[in-house]
Amino acid sequence: MLAVTDLSKSFRTPEGERVEIVRVGDFALAAGEQVALRGESGSGKTTFLNLIAGILAADGGRVTIDGTDMTALNEPGRDRLRAEKLGYIFQTFNLLQGFTVLENVVLGMSFGPRGADRAHARAMLERVGLGHRLDHFPRQLSTGQQQRVAVARALANRPKLVLADEPTGNLDRLHGREALALIREVCREHNAALLIVSHDEEVLGAFETRMDFAVINAAGKARA
Amino acid sequence: MTLLLLIRRSLRQHALSTVITAGSIALACGLLMCVWMVKTQSQAAFTQTTTGFDAVLGARGSKLQLVLNAIFHLEASPGNVAAADFEAIRRHPMVKTAIPIAVGDNLRGFRLVGTVPELFTTVELAPGKKFTVQAGGKIFDAEAKEAVAGSFAAQRLGLKVGATFKPFHGLAFDAKAEHADVFTVTAILEPTNTPADRVVWIPLRGLQTMSGHDAKTATDVSAVLLQFRTPMAGLQLDMLYNKQGNRLTLAFPVGAIVAELFGKIAWFDQVLTLVAYLVALVAAGSVLASIYNSMSARRRDLAILRALGAKRRTIFGAVLAEAACIGALGAAAGWIFYLGLYAGVAGLIRAQTGVVLEIGAWHPVLWACPVGMIALCALGGIVPALKAYHTPVAETLAPVS
Repeated sequence: MLAVTDLSKSFRTPEGERVEIVRVGDFALAAGEQVALRGESGSGKTTFLNLIAGILAADGGRVTIDGTDMTALNEPGRDRLRAEKLGYIFQTFNLLQGFTVLENVVLGMSFGPRGADRAHARAMLERVGLGHRLDHFPRQLSTGQQQRVAVARALANRPKLVLADEPTGNLDRLHGREALALIREVCREHNAALLIVSHDEEVLGAFETRMDFAVINAAGKARA
Repeated sequence: MTLLLLIRRSLRQHALSTVITAGSIALACGLLMCVWMVKTQSQAAFTQTTTGFDAVLGARGSKLQLVLNAIFHLEASPGNVAAADFEAIRRHPMVKTAIPIAVGDNLRGFRLVGTVPELFTTVELAPGKKFTVQAGGKIFDAEAKEAVAGSFAAQRLGLKVGATFKPFHGLAFDAKAEHADVFTVTAILEPTNTPADRVVWIPLRGLQTMSGHDAKTATDVSAVLLQFRTPMAGLQLDMLYNKQGNRLTLAFPVGAIVAELFGKIAWFDQVLTLVAYLVALVAAGSVLASIYNSMSARRRDLAILRALGAKRRTIFGAVLAEAACIGALGAAAGWIFYLGLYAGVAGLIRAQTGVVLEIGAWHPVLWACPVGMIALCALGGIVPALKAYHTPVAETLAPVS
């Protein structure tokens, strides 16, 4: 489902120095597989996810999603692939504050292959337990409920690959556990591959497959 | 649907700036349409207001003053026409009708015009349309102290059939200048939508022989309204009175002379039009500023949409469409503003001159102006749309870790 080869990204510091943040030699995820990636703050794991999602353009290497080489696509192509194949759950949820819960999910779907399917969006929100909050605005919800909206939005298009960046980072322990269980469960239902990055040991401990981002990043750098 | 949702929510989120911006567009749009319509409609209405006459004969002087005085009942008379001159023109073989009028008195600010009953019985204001009196009225007797009131004047002065009044000397109302003569209203005219509605008509002899008037000029008239048997008559009489003679002036054709008035005040139209264009530009600029300023607050939303798969051009189009929507809202409100303003101006012109501007009149400017404003607003949306287009997704959503 996901194959990353020799992926690299560097940034220029304010002092003009070029610093390589990401160099991942080989990384792969099979359909339905769920992997947790450990990474400390500033290790480059968010950049890694953004490169996979095509939000950032890589300096080099390849990211193949469901057989399509993301890095070979132009920007509109990457946008299309992201809308069709990817679900992205952000640490800060990134809900559209001026839109209702239902509209957030509908908008998330509207750029993908299903289009703005309100009935399906409603069903997804019911699935995450927010069927009674459809017309509420994000600010009217608790943090845990907001995260559930973000989950519903990311999964509404039945993505092949779900990326989750510190999805429990803003939640208390109880809500964090609930959110994680929900993400994993819905991904399983849709047979979506899940790549989650976190530095929370409890989150990481819930996964059978765990990797250390620093290790795969260092391995890539060593190989280069 | 997505685009509509994005626009609707964005407009709602920035409701105050949307309303203010749309309001300024409405002002510009309404003002532009009103200036244009008042200009074209008043020009058309004034030049067509001949009340059925081809020409006016009066004392030597300005043709425009003669027409304004005799047809529109504005301005002072440039002088008198002697009875012999009136008789000469009345008997001229090319003249079909010659109606004398005399002015110089008023009834509480409304002009009294002395004339002959034939004005009401034989002259057609427009083809097939004569003066008609309201039920229970009759045209005055030429030798009696009687009066026929125009509909607007009667309404404003509260005149009814059987009412009596004493005229005041001069064209401007002066309470101390009351004449001793008493006139009785015998009829109220049906509205004609011409300046005749603002006049109280009395017999020519009644005005000429009014107490206090100079007896030496008791047979003079202020002007003669003329209908010709052929259009050639105007050219021949123009030669006779204007080019060969030096005592009288023939104002012919009436419509062309009124058009001269609009030529003289064209600068005023241009100033108003310029002001309206400037307001339109400022409105478009305010659309630009309003959306551009809101861009900073919306950067995160735009980045989220991009992260969800929205293409750059979708974002660009949404911002552009939002600007056009503000323009459309403004244009719609501008139409309402225009209708109110135009009705007000038309009412004012009617009250001042008796000339009626058609409220439901159509002109291409009524669609071109709103469409132009929408296009101008969309143009104003290009800069913020470009800013939205270039929103960096990763940087905006979260700092690189």
